[in-house]
Amino acid sequence: MSLLEIKNVSKIYGPLKALDNVNLTVENGEWLAIMGPSGSGKSTMMNIIGCMDKPSLGEVILDGVDIAKESGKKLTEIRRDKIGLIFQQFHLVNYLTAVENVMVSQYYHSMPDEKEALEALERVGLKDRAKHLPSQLSGGEQQRVCIARALINHPEIILADEPTGNLDEANENIVIDIFKQLHRQGTTLIVVTHDPEVAEVAQRTVVLEHGRLVNEIKNEGFEE
Amino acid sequence: MFFRMIKGALFRQKSKMIMIAVTIALGASLATAMLNIMLDVGDKVNQELKAYGANITVVPKENSVLTDLYALDGQEETAAAHLKEDDIGKIKTIFWGFNILDFTPFVNTTVVLDDETEVKLTGTWFNHHLALNTGEELDAGIHSLRSWWDVKNGQWLDEQKEGTANGGAMVGTVLAERLGISSGDSLHVKTSDGEKTLSVVGVFDSGGDEDEQIFTTLATAQELSGTKGLIDSIEVSALTTPDNELAKKAATKGPGSLSPADYETWYCTAYVSSICYQIQEAIPDSVASPVRQVAESEGNILDKTQLLMILITILSLFGSALGISNLVTASVMERSNEIGLLKAIGARDYRISGIVLTEIIITAVVGGVAGYFMGYGFAQIIGQTVFNSSIEMKPMVIPIVAVLIVIVTLAGSIPAIRMLLRLRPAEVLHGR
Repeated sequence: MSLLEIKNVSKIYGPLKALDNVNLTVENGEWLAIMGPSGSGKSTMMNIIGCMDKPSLGEVILDGVDIAKESGKKLTEIRRDKIGLIFQQFHLVNYLTAVENVMVSQYYHSMPDEKEALEALERVGLKDRAKHLPSQLSGGEQQRVCIARALINHPEIILADEPTGNLDEANENIVIDIFKQLHRQGTTLIVVTHDPEVAEVAQRTVVLEHGRLVNEIKNEGFEE
Repeated sequence: MFFRMIKGALFRQKSKMIMIAVTIALGASLATAMLNIMLDVGDKVNQELKAYGANITVVPKENSVLTDLYALDGQEETAAAHLKEDDIGKIKTIFWGFNILDFTPFVNTTVVLDDETEVKLTGTWFNHHLALNTGEELDAGIHSLRSWWDVKNGQWLDEQKEGTANGGAMVGTVLAERLGISSGDSLHVKTSDGEKTLSVVGVFDSGGDEDEQIFTTLATAQELSGTKGLIDSIEVSALTTPDNELAKKAATKGPGSLSPADYETWYCTAYVSSICYQIQEAIPDSVASPVRQVAESEGNILDKTQLLMILITILSLFGSALGISNLVTASVMERSNEIGLLKAIGARDYRISGIVLTEIIITAVVGGVAGYFMGYGFAQIIGQTVFNSSIEMKPMVIPIVAVLIVIVTLAGSIPAIRMLLRLRPAEVLHGR
């Protein structure tokens, strides 16, 4: 059974169809890139996969559960237990240190464990910056804290929205290397991007335009 | 983690939290000041009003009946009934004895001067030293009950000074002018029971009928009127509680009309009617009645002052609630990304509301404590400015202010919490 199945999904805002009859399947451990220009429906897709929004039509089966039919409370639980979110704007809590930002995710999942949070920061190369506030970190470092926060509860899917959108090339490469490492460890990755270089390193890329899936590309030279 | 988040929010967003604390402190300070003044103002206003004289008169029962029948003023009646001088001190032994501020007996008689004119002479206490059976000692007399008397010439008669205790007198300014006498002069008076030469120690201006009278010690007047050990009436100044429906019912229909529970409440409250009732119980064959105008004025002034204080307190708390509401809503709006993120990573609404409310309650406690002490200062400033004395801080105000602050803070936070609950992570994190 696939980890994620999207069947005939549409999202309609008044006269606008942000997603139009989209069908997509993501296998366990797969690295998928979703590409498309601004306004193509990428963020809407991410919100629906990330259980932060519901489709107007269609089914979204995540790990055997149709999230389109679940209540807000249940969606919060699914989000907490199965999904790790990475944002373009990082969205760190500005009055908490790097390690505390990671621990927040643990706190709402189970029990905060500072040692484990420090290990997560170590995995993204930031253990020595653990006690710094977000304002004392560079953009790349903030994004790595965001990745550590997404990883800490061992989610089934990492959902990244333009993860390199605010980073320079050096930091972009660091983030991509972390993704490669996660993929090798068997983590399912869905990366929304408009950057072809980021999409190229994924196993498969789907292209959205005007809310429709218009293309699907398998990366033949994908490095396992 | 919960406390780390609270600590982080409080210490790293100091300016916002200080603004909220200051708003709460202002509300708390006004509430503290007004509640303390409101609770203390009864005694303060009562004491101010005591400067305008006694509020209870005690006369013999027979005289009271005559007064009621013929609508006579208590001063005018000439019936031979008297109260006993020895019973005067019993006034201080009643249940509300501590509320009796001052009292003085009167003996009225008419004397004939050397020019054969008749003048009213009143014997009373000026600053009589009294040692009660209870062991309590006090000075009582008209010196404080007629505090508005302006002594134009000489001084107040001092009963405790040798020489003036017997034969000393104060003369009203109209009479003194007519007779051409001043302090230090002598005045010869006679009655059917005897004659005496009084030594004038002071000439006073009362602004009323008393300016045509002679005031002397009780013993002198008793000697001249042949009523040794007897008195005509007593004036009492008492701290009273404004009348309510219960007090009015007791006053009009009599205490017998009250149920046992109401009777107990009435008896144990310092209404002017219950104090009068207790004086009658203490002094045999007496009738104590309130000087209605004074009692009603006290009640009206007190009621209005307290209403004003309550309105100011309500307005100040309402203003605080609005201020808190604006500040907390602005704070939640500013933190919408953070709140959206917490929801996105799996925080339930009640846990986020818990964090925001805990931050506000801690801020409210800090603001409330600061406000209480500020209120203490405001109350003292108002007390000194208006009443020329300090305001006693009532311990019961602390829990009242605490409860009010919690209610105001929570009420002020409702719009922010509602906004927080409506926040959808997709909207704030991805702009949709």
